[in-house]
Amino acid sequence: MATYSTSEFKGGLKLMLDGDPCSIIENEFVKPGKGQAFNRVRIRNLKTGRVIERTFKSGETVEAADVLEVELQYLYSDGEFWHFMHPESFEQISADKSAVGESVKWLKDQDMCTVTLWNGSPIIVEVPNFVTLTITETDPGLKGDTSGGGGKPATLETGAVVRVPLFVQTGELIKVDTRSGEYVSRAKEE
Amino acid sequence: MDSWRPMASIEMLRTRAQLLADIRGFFRAREVLEVDTPVCSRHGTTDPAIESLSVRYTGPGAPAGAPLYLHTSPEFAMKRLLAADSGPIYQICKVFRDGESGRRHNPEFTLLEWYRPGFDHHQLMDEVEQLILSLLPTAGPISKVTYQALFKQHLQLDPHLATSAELRACALEHDTAGFEHLELPNRDAWLDILMTHCIEPKIGPGLCFVYDYPASQAALARIRPGPPAVAERFELYMDGVEVANGFHELTDAAEQQGRFEQDLRQRAVSAQPLIPLDQHLIAALEHGIPDCSGVALGIDRLLMQITGTTHIESVIAFPLGRA
Repeated sequence: MATYSTSEFKGGLKLMLDGDPCSIIENEFVKPGKGQAFNRVRIRNLKTGRVIERTFKSGETVEAADVLEVELQYLYSDGEFWHFMHPESFEQISADKSAVGESVKWLKDQDMCTVTLWNGSPIIVEVPNFVTLTITETDPGLKGDTSGGGGKPATLETGAVVRVPLFVQTGELIKVDTRSGEYVSRAKEE
Repeated sequence: MDSWRPMASIEMLRTRAQLLADIRGFFRAREVLEVDTPVCSRHGTTDPAIESLSVRYTGPGAPAGAPLYLHTSPEFAMKRLLAADSGPIYQICKVFRDGESGRRHNPEFTLLEWYRPGFDHHQLMDEVEQLILSLLPTAGPISKVTYQALFKQHLQLDPHLATSAELRACALEHDTAGFEHLELPNRDAWLDILMTHCIEPKIGPGLCFVYDYPASQAALARIRPGPPAVAERFELYMDGVEVANGFHELTDAAEQQGRFEQDLRQRAVSAQPLIPLDQHLIAALEHGIPDCSGVALGIDRLLMQITGTTHIESVIAFPLGRA
């Protein structure tokens, strides 16, 4: 079992805590001049996404988490699993619903995703900050209105619904910020 | 890569140089003698909370080689000067502590340490205050509070009487930083965590002197009989950051020897290195040193407070990562 001592703590280090893989966000060394040294750590549970604080006595050791981030290409979903492929080894990996989470709204086949593997299995699927998707349905809107004030809902090829300006029409490609779920601009075919 | 560059700006280094010059001016005006004691010594601190770095000397005087410990504070040697009738003395030097690196720690840092024969810890606190105000006139407001009153004020707890279990329960109640899994070796470690995690963030702006520590945290301070017995020790917090630690000094040789031996027993239990205790200091105390108080003040942290910086790397030209 690989372990880390508190001296190895730094942002990004992956640890096992309470049976879950976690990633250190911030590590602070705290020590009174004549007293006990501590490491006060902000840490993200990679399975739940929750951020917690934890204090360790300096010198303690903690089990390492076998966590790896890889860039994989999204292939398709069979409804139960989402299938990805390593672009060089062609190795295929399938992620379940809890790993895909909110990213499901933006997953388009062929797109590259960052997949976090724990003991070889995907636990987090992250889509790029910006994705380009086709509008499959939106109201035609009023001709000549280019102000976009208020906008209208548009359904995208992945099923996600975003607000778009009135002048954007069904069949067009748009760029969306996946962090906020907001329309950014019209896009051209790549 | 730019890792050859200093971390502190040249402007910061000018501020640092001016600070050191001002400190020397303060002590010159008060006729306190500047001294210089060895960085490397055959002896080191036995304090279980402080680890020494060591080097090896081989040559005349030690043909087979001998370990030398880098001082963690110049305290022992300065007390030997006091025993030799030096009168009031100060020193500005680099000191070294293994394992300490972080936002407010660098393993090599600059300490100002001074001793005042005839002062008790209250008189020395006054002089620390005068020094700080001479360097940073806007450092106030100034408060003085006992360790006990501080714990009662913020945690409704008596630090002299509470058991380990009560201290642990208090920590769990007052902070969310994940103490549930923490196992600490003793009562003092629980007091330390309450101090660092629960109280320090609430100390607030200005100069706060905390004094009369639990007897179990006396280090090299004399203990005033109680109840409760307290260590005549103080710490200065600037804006909630610990910058200085002072003692009404223990001058009793036998008690000092006993504390060293107690430290070494504790070190043996926790499998820490056994550092040779300083027999020169014991001999000096046996010879007799004047009733005195002494204080060590972290120059890097003082400079951080003066310049409003939050990371010690901003005030040191070449901190650990670039040393």
